[in-house]
Amino acid sequence: MPEFKKTIGLTDAPMHYCPGCTHGIIHRLVAETLVELGVLGKAIGIVPVGCAVMAYDYFNCDCIQAPHGRAPAVATGVKRALPPESVVFTYQGDGDLAAIGTAETVHAAARGENITLIFINNAIYGMTGGQMAPTTLPNQITQTTPKGRDVSQAGFPIKMCEMIATLDGAAYIERVSTHTPKHVMAAKKAIKNAFKVQIEKKGFSMIEILSTCPTNWGMTPADSLDWVEENMVPFYPLGVFKDKSEEGVF
Amino acid sequence: MSKKFLMKGNEVIAEAAIRSGCTMFFGYPITPQTEVAAYMSKRLPEIGGVYLQAESEVSAINMVLGAASAGRRVMTSSSSPGISLKSEGISYIAASDLPCVIINVQRAGPGLGGIQPSQADYFQATKGLGHGDFHLMVFAPSSVQEIADLIKTAFDLSDKYRVPSLILADGIMGQMMEPVSFSEEESTDQPDKGWATSGHDNKRAPNIVNSLYLTPDELEKTVIERYQRYDVIAQNEVLFEKYLTEDADIIVVAYGASSRISKSVINTAREKGIKVGILRPITLWPFPTQAIKELCKTAKSFLCVEMSMGQMVEDVRLAVEGVRPVSFYGRTGGNTPRPEDILHKIEQLNEEEK
Repeated sequence: MPEFKKTIGLTDAPMHYCPGCTHGIIHRLVAETLVELGVLGKAIGIVPVGCAVMAYDYFNCDCIQAPHGRAPAVATGVKRALPPESVVFTYQGDGDLAAIGTAETVHAAARGENITLIFINNAIYGMTGGQMAPTTLPNQITQTTPKGRDVSQAGFPIKMCEMIATLDGAAYIERVSTHTPKHVMAAKKAIKNAFKVQIEKKGFSMIEILSTCPTNWGMTPADSLDWVEENMVPFYPLGVFKDKSEEGVF
Repeated sequence: MSKKFLMKGNEVIAEAAIRSGCTMFFGYPITPQTEVAAYMSKRLPEIGGVYLQAESEVSAINMVLGAASAGRRVMTSSSSPGISLKSEGISYIAASDLPCVIINVQRAGPGLGGIQPSQADYFQATKGLGHGDFHLMVFAPSSVQEIADLIKTAFDLSDKYRVPSLILADGIMGQMMEPVSFSEEESTDQPDKGWATSGHDNKRAPNIVNSLYLTPDELEKTVIERYQRYDVIAQNEVLFEKYLTEDADIIVVAYGASSRISKSVINTAREKGIKVGILRPITLWPFPTQAIKELCKTAKSFLCVEMSMGQMVEDVRLAVEGVRPVSFYGRTGGNTPRPEDILHKIEQLNEEEK
């Protein structure tokens, strides 16, 4: 029987995340992957502004705290500064990656920048207390859409994987979820695929991970998991949207 | 004697950076500094460096943040509206104690303004290039040769103090051609960057580049430590030039392009028997406050000449502390002061003092 142990990819710092939030699981998946691929010592993580802003205290690799939305630009600077064996990833929420940092995300992908974006989509701004995100679902109630997101007024949610997959520089784009153990295992596999694509220098990779926010959704952790299954998965279909892991983008 | 080249200011910015050990450049096109990027895009690949055109000024400065975090000598260049866009990243860079060199070849503002030379970004450069308590070291060259010399100083001091450097040039400095020679001396003053986020290789604890401190006492401590470094810089790194100031009744204070025009006027005024000299700040931050204070002992009045509505004049007044009158003459909008207008102003002051 394999023993369940803490990964050395994470530090011993206690995490600040709310009960039932899936950030902790995703941190672990990323950290385990870096260890299993033997690249923790070559990894540089770029952390966002948002709930994961203090992830530099949790990942046991070198980290940079980036301005809001700018992580892919910072990652570009780091990746191009270091030998190509370095492994550079960003860890960003939906507001960071799909609103204020849309240009940075799109252009890093268009350049085929050999970095990996870990994109946490929980359909809400968590750290600031539950405002509408670019990924908030139609009719979803948030602090700033108190009657539900009216798309005729607030616009439509953005499906980042579908959009980024259209770019020639994108090598591996997949959307996964974390609402059941089975989905967590699939998320781990996707994250590993993305880092392998980077290690093999095949181009830009992004894994979108559907995540929960019980605090700001106003639900129990268990209900939040169901809400992902019933509401998010139908709108944000899971799957691989682009796979050039064999041939690469260039 | 090292070899002389006839080169454009913008190209010298780029060449001097490379000779100072800069191997990475991130930029975005904007007049009147585009030759910097064009030169870098040609030269950097030849030396195995990195040139990248970003999708925006915002991204370019964040690429600089990344490259500087990884421990490389890195530069970006822009002009006034583009520098405004970079200000978010500059605040983060300063707060994260990252060394780098930023170029502002100033054009006229505010807004989209115009593409003619200007010095209206003095406030921005010296008082507030972003949110929060911080400074940049600001260097103001007044010749193509001085661009070459100051770029090297800017890189060396930025590494030494872990404070970003800004070269505050203007459209005239960027576009004019003059003879220039480059220092043969290697840029050796690159301290060990043990703090860099370049991967710990499983040999040390993780390095973290960060500007977030949620506890006020902790944040205050980091800011105070940085201000102690600023004090050392203010003590040791002030640069200025004095010309005919010893017996002068009137001291012109001007930097960059306006100092060149002013200097030519000094000689004409002297021929007319007016005792006038010039103090030219070379570092705008730290400002040559003490040098100006000293001149209050001998001079009767000061005249600040700028290509703005009057920005540096405030620092001159702070240095003079009301002991002597401080006048101002400036043109803005992309106009340059005419020598005859500066001379007229000096003659007026001379009459008033009689």
